[in-house]
Formats: sequence, structure tokens, C-alpha cells
Amino acid sequence: MDAIEKQLEAKPSRIRYLSLICGIFLILLTWSVSAVSAGEVNAKAWTIAWNIVKGIFTPDLSLLFDWTSTGILYLLVETIAIAFLGTMLGAVIAIPLAFLSASSIVSSPAASITRLLLIFIRTIPELVYGLMFIRVTGPGAFAGVLTIAIGSIGMLAKLYVDAIENLDTKVFESMTSLGCTMFEKIRFGLLPQLSAIFLSIVVYRFDMNLRDASVLGLVGAGGIGAPLLFAMDSYRWPQVGSILIGLMVLILVIELFSSNVRAKLVNG
Amino acid sequence: MKWFDVIFPPRKLVLDSGKTVLCRRSRVPFIVLAVLGGVILSIEVTDFNLRMLIDRGHNFFNIIGQMLPPNWNHLSDVWDPLIDTIKMSFFGSVLGAAVSVPAAVLASSTIIRNRIITAAAKSLLSVIRTLPALVTALVATFIFGLGTLAGTAAISLFTAAYVGKLLYEQIENCDMRPFEAMESLGMSKLQAFRFAVIPQVLPVYLSTSLFCFEGNVRHAAILGYVGAGGIGLILKEGLAWRSYANVGMILLMLIITVYLIETVSEHFRKKLI
Repeated sequence: MDAIEKQLEAKPSRIRYLSLICGIFLILLTWSVSAVSAGEVNAKAWTIAWNIVKGIFTPDLSLLFDWTSTGILYLLVETIAIAFLGTMLGAVIAIPLAFLSASSIVSSPAASITRLLLIFIRTIPELVYGLMFIRVTGPGAFAGVLTIAIGSIGMLAKLYVDAIENLDTKVFESMTSLGCTMFEKIRFGLLPQLSAIFLSIVVYRFDMNLRDASVLGLVGAGGIGAPLLFAMDSYRWPQVGSILIGLMVLILVIELFSSNVRAKLVNG
Repeated sequence: MKWFDVIFPPRKLVLDSGKTVLCRRSRVPFIVLAVLGGVILSIEVTDFNLRMLIDRGHNFFNIIGQMLPPNWNHLSDVWDPLIDTIKMSFFGSVLGAAVSVPAAVLASSTIIRNRIITAAAKSLLSVIRTLPALVTALVATFIFGLGTLAGTAAISLFTAAYVGKLLYEQIENCDMRPFEAMESLGMSKLQAFRFAVIPQVLPVYLSTSLFCFEGNVRHAAILGYVGAGGIGLILKEGLAWRSYANVGMILLMLIITVYLIETVSEHFRKKLI
């Protein structure tokens, strides 16, 4: 046996750990299989599936290029507006929350309380907020804006906190030693460190919010979701197809825009 | 942004040494203007109404107040749908992650040399990824009927597209020299993939799948809203009947579950990378 083989055999064996993990995984998998067998497949399933596919490939073009307030273009604009305004509101509300939950800024009990609050806000599904806000403002795009705003502060604050805790505090020390005022410290020490990261986080969240805003219509909170639901419920597949095409194009365009902007922000 | 510098020519500064440097004009004012314009336009389109928010905003907190304390008697009704939700998201994630492997291999240009196949696979993945899970679930309920099967299908489709995209990026970025060396030694493509590419991408693949699973638990919670099984169904019921104490119980259980799953998954993700 030469040295190489000896070294190979000296490698610590992880086989027990790995087989334990695999065992747990397999048990969970067999346990969860019932999720699949529980549903009963509709006899007409394939006809419906075929109709959906056909609808997507033969979209209702008049609806797709309709410029009035019931057309897809207007609905897409409304969806963008909901996502945009919601993101802006959420981005602003999240800033104080993020500073309050950064353990490098406030005492750790206060930080953990704010964090707990953020976990609560983050986990509650957006549709639930949507249904709650409808009771406040009535159905419509306004409820959608508030929903998106509340729904995004959880994640925004969580990502902000990472940026805040990675702040280079040496900059502030050197500025203090140079006799800079508080305003100068914030303007030239804090803002340049945070603005690019915060902006890229906000743009990323805008991208996600657009997807969320497109389904909010299902609960009556404005945007393109409601017409989609109506078209599906009445089996108008060409309309479903044109709505889905509009949605896909919009999300792809925004995704492209968002990744471009974020690349610019990160690379300076 | 070359055109910007043409319209607003950069300032010329003469240094003490006699050199001139160009100082480009700040773009910040224009970005701020554009964002402001967007905000004003959005306010118009969405009928944003601050007065109404101030007048009726307390209703929102009233509802939260009614959720507390949660109705503990409702716990027995929450249990089954919650288990369904976890099952749905677990099985859907595993299925989606498994499907994503062949899809990602087909989409990575370093392994499949055919441009047409990789382009088709890539665009298919990104088109599927644009569909919100709730919409896929809605379509799935028309095909598979109401129940967890539709939810599982929606989750696995989304997972396959999400993990697939990250996986093909990973495969395209990994070091292909071992792969070439093994092929030149006479191994088949499959063998070379097994011993050269998989060890490089496996940790990231597993951690992406775990991350996706975490998100899927959250997504699965609302899929019941369109009839795709799980906790969303009773959530919809509770909200429709305005029995907010029950809703509070459901949300509390959901938060605990998501928190536990996130903690476990984060533990393994940290180990993997």
C-alpha cells in the first residue's frame, strides 16, 4: 500500500451521517407522496389541457392590442403602477425597521424584537394582506398598492440589515477625527456605502413585486389577475392565452431591465 | 450612456499640474425626476388616496386586533391542511429539482454543443419561470381537479424552472477541463459528467433546491386559495366568514412552520457551502 492509498483511507468517513440524511429524506419523500395521489384527475383533463395550449398559441389579438381601459395594455400598466408604487412605499417604510433591527446600531433585545416582527410580516402571505386591505379601502388598485407595500417590507428590511451590518465603521471614525459634522458623516460616509446596495435591493424587489401584483387581482386588488380569473372561469382560452402572453412579456422585459440596472449598480 | 455625455458635456477641470480631467455630470437629478414622474403616474393610475388611508387605516389594525388572541380550538382543523401544505411543497420541490437536472443539462452550452437545443431549453425555462405559481396552480386545477395534486404540479413546475436556471448557469461556469480530460481518456459523456461536473455543481444545486423549498412552503400556503389544496383553503374560508380569530390561529401555525423549516434548511445550506 503506497502513501496515496493510505492518505485516501485516512479520510474521515461520513457515510453514517450521509446515510442518515438520505434515510430521513427518503422517509419524508414517501410520507409526502400522498400529496400526489390525493387528487382525482378530471376525465376531461386532456381536452382542457389541449384547449389551454391551443388558446395560448391562438391568442385573442384584439384584446392584446386594445388601448381602452379594459384592454391588456392598460391592465399591464395598472399592474406595473401597483408594483412600482408599492415597492416605493415598502422601500421607505423598511429603512427605519432595518436600522432598528441591526444589532450593530440598537441594543440586541430591541433588535431581536424588531426581527421577530419582521419574520411575522414576511411570513403572512400577500393574499391575506390583500383581503385585509380590501376591507379598508374597498376593492381596487389602491388595496393592491398597500398590499405590495406591506408584503415587501419584510424581505427588504432583511436584506437592508445585511448591508447595514457590513458598514465600514472605520470611515466614520476617520471622519469624526477630521471634525466632520453629523450631516457630513451621513452624506459622505453613510450614503455612498448604502445607496447602491439599497437601490439594487429595491430594484430586485420590484421585479418580484411585479409577479405578486399580477396575481393580486385574484382577490380583487387590481391589476391583471381578475380578468385572467374571469376568462378562465368562463373557459375563454384565447383570452387567457393573450393575458398570459402579455404577462410573460412584461415580466421578461422587467427582469431584463432589473438585471441590467442591478449589474450597473453593483459594478458602479 | 454615451448620449447623455453629448447632451450634457462633462465639466473640464484643470489640475495644478496643468492636466485637464473630465468630470462627468451627475445623473442623479434625472433619475430622481424619472422616479418622481413614475410615482405621480402610478398615483394617478391606482387611485392612491392618502385621505382614505388616514381615515380608514385603523380598520386594518382592527382586523389584526381581532386575530389576537388566536382561537386555539381551531388548532385541530388547522393540522390536516398544514400537513397537506408541507407535503405538497416537499414533494413538489423534490420532483421539480429532479426534473431541473436534465433541463439544465439541455440548456448548458458547454455540454450540449447544439445551439438550437440550448436556446430552446433556456427560453422554455425562462418562460415557465415568469408564470406566477398561483396562475400555474389555477391552470392545474382545471386539469387535475381540485386538491393537492394541482398544487404539487404548480410547485414542481416553478421549482424546475427556478433551480434549472441557476443550475445551468452553474454548469456553464464550472471548470470544463476535467470533463475534457475524462472524455479524452475514453469515458462516455455521461461518465465524464458524473465525475467531472457533478462534484462541482452538487453543493450549489442542493442549496438552491433547499432555498427554493423554503420559498415553496410560503407559496404553497396560498395555493389553496384557488383550490389547489393546503392551508390556503381554510385561510380563504376564515377570511370570507370574517372569523379573524381562526385566521390568527392559521397564520400563527404557518409562521411557526415556516420558521422551523427555514431554520433547518439554513443549517444545511450553511453546511453545504
